[in-house]
Amino acid sequence: MATAVQAVERENYLNSNYGIKSWLLTTDHKRIALLYLVSITAMFWIGGFFAMLIRLELLTPAGDMVSSDTYNKLFTMHGIIMVFFFLIPSVPATLGNFLIPLMVGAKDLAFPRVNLLSWYIYTAGAITALTAMVTGGVDTGWTFYTPFSTTYSNTHVIGAAVGIFITGFSSILTGLNFIVTIHRMRAPGMTWRRLPLFCWSNYAAALIMVLGTPVIAITLLLVALERAFNIGIFNPQLGGDPILFQHLFWFYSHPAVYIMILPGMGVISEVVTCFSRKRVFGYEFVALASIAIAVLGFLVWAHHMFVAGISVYAALVFSLLSYLVAIPSAVKVFNWTATMYKGAIRYDTPMLYAFGFIGLFTVGGLTGVFLASLGVDVHVHDTYFVVAHFHYVMVGGMVMAYMAGLHFWWPKITGRMYPEAWAKLSALLVFVGFNTTFFPLFIVGYMGLPRRYHAYPPEFQVLNVLSTAGASILAVGYVLPMIYFLWSLRYGEPAPPNPYNAVGLEWMTPSPPPTHNFDETPIVTWEAYDYEHQPQEEVTVGH
Amino acid sequence: MAKPTEEHFDPMSHVVPVSLYVTIWAALMVFTALTVFAATVELHVFNIVVALLIATIKGTLVVLFFMHLRYSTKLTMVTVVAAIFFLIIMFSLSMTDYLTRAWSTSIR
Amino acid sequence: MGDIQVAEHALQHHFADMEQQQETSTFGMWMFLLTEIMFFGGLFCAYLVYRASYYQAFVEGSQKMNIWLGATNTAVLICSSLSMALGVRAAQMGKPKLMAVLLLITIVFGCGFLGIKAVEYHEHWVNHEFPGPAFHFETGDPAHPATDPVHTEIYFSLYWAMTGLHALHMIIGVGLVTWIIIAGLGGAYSRSYFTPVENVGLYWHFVDLVWIYLFPLLYLISKKHGGG
Repeated sequence: MATAVQAVERENYLNSNYGIKSWLLTTDHKRIALLYLVSITAMFWIGGFFAMLIRLELLTPAGDMVSSDTYNKLFTMHGIIMVFFFLIPSVPATLGNFLIPLMVGAKDLAFPRVNLLSWYIYTAGAITALTAMVTGGVDTGWTFYTPFSTTYSNTHVIGAAVGIFITGFSSILTGLNFIVTIHRMRAPGMTWRRLPLFCWSNYAAALIMVLGTPVIAITLLLVALERAFNIGIFNPQLGGDPILFQHLFWFYSHPAVYIMILPGMGVISEVVTCFSRKRVFGYEFVALASIAIAVLGFLVWAHHMFVAGISVYAALVFSLLSYLVAIPSAVKVFNWTATMYKGAIRYDTPMLYAFGFIGLFTVGGLTGVFLASLGVDVHVHDTYFVVAHFHYVMVGGMVMAYMAGLHFWWPKITGRMYPEAWAKLSALLVFVGFNTTFFPLFIVGYMGLPRRYHAYPPEFQVLNVLSTAGASILAVGYVLPMIYFLWSLRYGEPAPPNPYNAVGLEWMTPSPPPTHNFDETPIVTWEAYDYEHQPQEEVTVGH
Repeated sequence: MAKPTEEHFDPMSHVVPVSLYVTIWAALMVFTALTVFAATVELHVFNIVVALLIATIKGTLVVLFFMHLRYSTKLTMVTVVAAIFFLIIMFSLSMTDYLTRAWSTSIR
Repeated sequence: MGDIQVAEHALQHHFADMEQQQETSTFGMWMFLLTEIMFFGGLFCAYLVYRASYYQAFVEGSQKMNIWLGATNTAVLICSSLSMALGVRAAQMGKPKLMAVLLLITIVFGCGFLGIKAVEYHEHWVNHEFPGPAFHFETGDPAHPATDPVHTEIYFSLYWAMTGLHALHMIIGVGLVTWIIIAGLGGAYSRSYFTPVENVGLYWHFVDLVWIYLFPLLYLISKKHGGG
C-alpha cells in the first residue's frame, strides 16, 4: 500500500540542495535532465493541442471550423513544435542526460556548464518560437519551403525560424557533450564492447546532431535574410533556386528523423534485454547498426524531393540509397526479436511499450520503403499515406519508446514506483488510440486524399471521424501517465536500487542516485547484459 | 619526437620550435602569392583546380602545424576526416541533381 | 600561484586528473569546429551549386573584387595565425607576458583584416553591389556588357553572406583573444594548464582556414581583366 513517505532520506541529487537557484544554476546532469523533462513535456502538450484542433477540423468535410489560412498555421505549428521542440530533444535531453554518465561510470557529462547552457538555449528558442506563434502564427508548414516562406507568406516566418535556429544550438551542444563523454569519460573496464546499447544509440544520434544541425541553422538563417532584405538566393524571380532550399533543408531534416528514433531504439534495446532476462542477440550488430543508420541517413535526403523537380537520375540514386538505409533498422528489429526468443518474458509496462514499438515501428519503417520507390511515391507523395508513415515511426515508434524509457527508469530518477495497473491501462489505451487514429490515414492517403487541406471530399469523412475518435483515446492514454507520475512523486512506493533486477551501472546506485553518482569510480569487469550471471531475485514492482 | 598515443598523451612534452612555425608561415605566404599569380594566367577550367589545390595545401599546413593535428590523437584526426567526408557528401549528392538536370530535358 | 597550483585550481571535480580534462577539453573544441565546418559548409554548397550553373555571371561578379585588398587580407590573416601559434607556445612555456604581447599582435592583425574588409564593403555598397531592390550591376566595360546580372546578384548575395559570416567569426575571435590576454595576465595559465589558450588558438586558425578557401573562390574565379 503506497503511503506518503516521511522517513529521513539519504542524501541524493534531489534533496542535496533546495531552492530555485539550486535548480536554475545546477550543473548536475540529473537535475538538468529534469529541467528538460519539464520544458519538453510542456511543449508536447502545446503541440498536442494543435493536433487536437487539426483533428477537430477534420471531423467534417467542409472547412467549417477554421479558415484555410488558420488551418495552415495549425499544422505548421504542430509540426514545428513536435519535431524541433519535442521529438529531437526528448530522449537525449531527458533520459540521455540523466543516464549516460551513470551508464559509463562517470560523475557527470564532460562539460556540465555547457549542459546547463544547452537547456537555457532550448528554452530561449522555445519561447521565441512560441511568441511567433501566439502573435500571429506561421503557415509555411514545418518544412518552410521557398519561395512561399521567403517572399509570399504573410506570417511570422522569421520569428519561428529564429526560434528553431536558437534551439538548434541546444541540440548541437548536447550532441557534442555526449560524444566527448562517451569517448573520454568511461570508467576503467568500460570498453566500447561493454557499453550499453543505449549509449551506442545516443552516440550515433549525437553524431547526427553535430554534423547535421549546423546545416539547417545556416539554411534558416538564409531564409530569414532573404525575407528581411529581399535577397534572392531561393527566389526564382530573382535568380535563385527554390529546390536548393529543399536540398539544404532536407540534408539535415532527414538525418533528424534518425536523431529522433535512434535514442528510442536505444531504450528498446535496454528494455527488451531486461524483460527477457537475456543478453541482446547480436550486440555488435545492433551497435554497428546504430552507426550505420547515422551514416547512411545522411545519404538519402532527396527522397523527400522526388516530385519537386529534381533530376530523375538524382532521384534514382537517392531511391537506391533509401532502400539501403532500411537495412540496419531491420537488423535491429530482428535482433530484438531474437533476444526475446526463449527468454523469460515479463509483461511489465516498459515491455508493453517495447512490444508496441517493435510492431508499429516495423509498419512505419516498411511504409517508408514503399515511399522510397519512385513509382509509388509519385502516387502517394503529399497524401495522408506519408502522414501515416511518419506518425507510425514517430508516435508509434519514438513516443512509445520514450514512454517505455520514462517508465523503466522512473524509479531510478525519482525514487518512486508508479502504479503498474494504471500504467498498463495507459499503454493499452495508447496502442488502441494510436492505431485507430493513424491506420485510417494510410487508407485515405492511398485513395488519394492530399495532406495539409482543411476541407476534403465527403467520401473520406467516415475514416476521418474514426481517426479523430482514435485521437481522443490516444489523448487519454497520454494524460493518465501525467497524472499517475505526478501522483507517484508523493504517494508512490519508494523504489529499491534495482526494481527490475536489471544489469547496468545505473542500477548499482541508489534510487535516486547521489549527486556525485558513484561513491567510488566503478571498475567494470563484466560484459554488457550479463543476465546469465544476474541472480534471479524476486523483482519488486509496485502495484 | 614520439607521436602521442591516446594513453600517454602529454601536451606539455611537445613544444613546436619557433623555426617550424616561421617556416610554415613563409610557405603560406609563398602559396598565397602563387595563387594570386595563377589567377592572372588564363587556364580555363584549370583555374579553379589550381586555386583549390593551392588552398588545400595551405589549409593542410594550417591544420597540421598551427592547429597541432600532427601532434594530436588519432581521434582528433578522425574528427577532421569526418568533417571533410560529410562536406563531400553534401556537395556531391546535391550536384548529382544539378549536373544531370539537363539530361532529362533531352528526352522529349 | 605556482605552476602546479594553477593546474590544480583549474581541475574540475568530475575529471580524474588534469590530463583527462585537457584531452576532453581539446576534443570538445575540435568537435565544435566540426560543427562550424558544417555551418559554413551549407554556404559553400550554395556557392558550388550556383557557380556550376551560372559560371559567367560569377566570373563577371568576381571581377569587381579588389584582388590586392583580398590578397593583403589573406597575408594579414596568415601573419595573425603565426602570432597566435607563437602566443599559444608562449603559454605552453609558462610565459604569460610574452603570450600577452603575441596575442595582442594577433588582435592588431585581426582588426587590420576587419578594417580592410570594411573598406571593401564600403566600396561595394556605394557601387550598388549589395543585393536587394537597390542592386545594380554593370561590368564597366561597354564592349562586354553584363551577360546575366540576375545571377550576378546571387554571386553578390553569397559574397556578402559568406564574408559577413566570416567577419562575424573574426569579431568573436578578437573578443575571445582579449579574454585570454586578460585572464593570462591575471595568472590563470601555466605550463601545466593552458588549454583555454590552445582552444582559442584552434578557433582562430579555423577562421583563418575558412578565409583561405573564401579568397580564391570569391576573388580569383578567373583571369582578372585589368588590375584590382
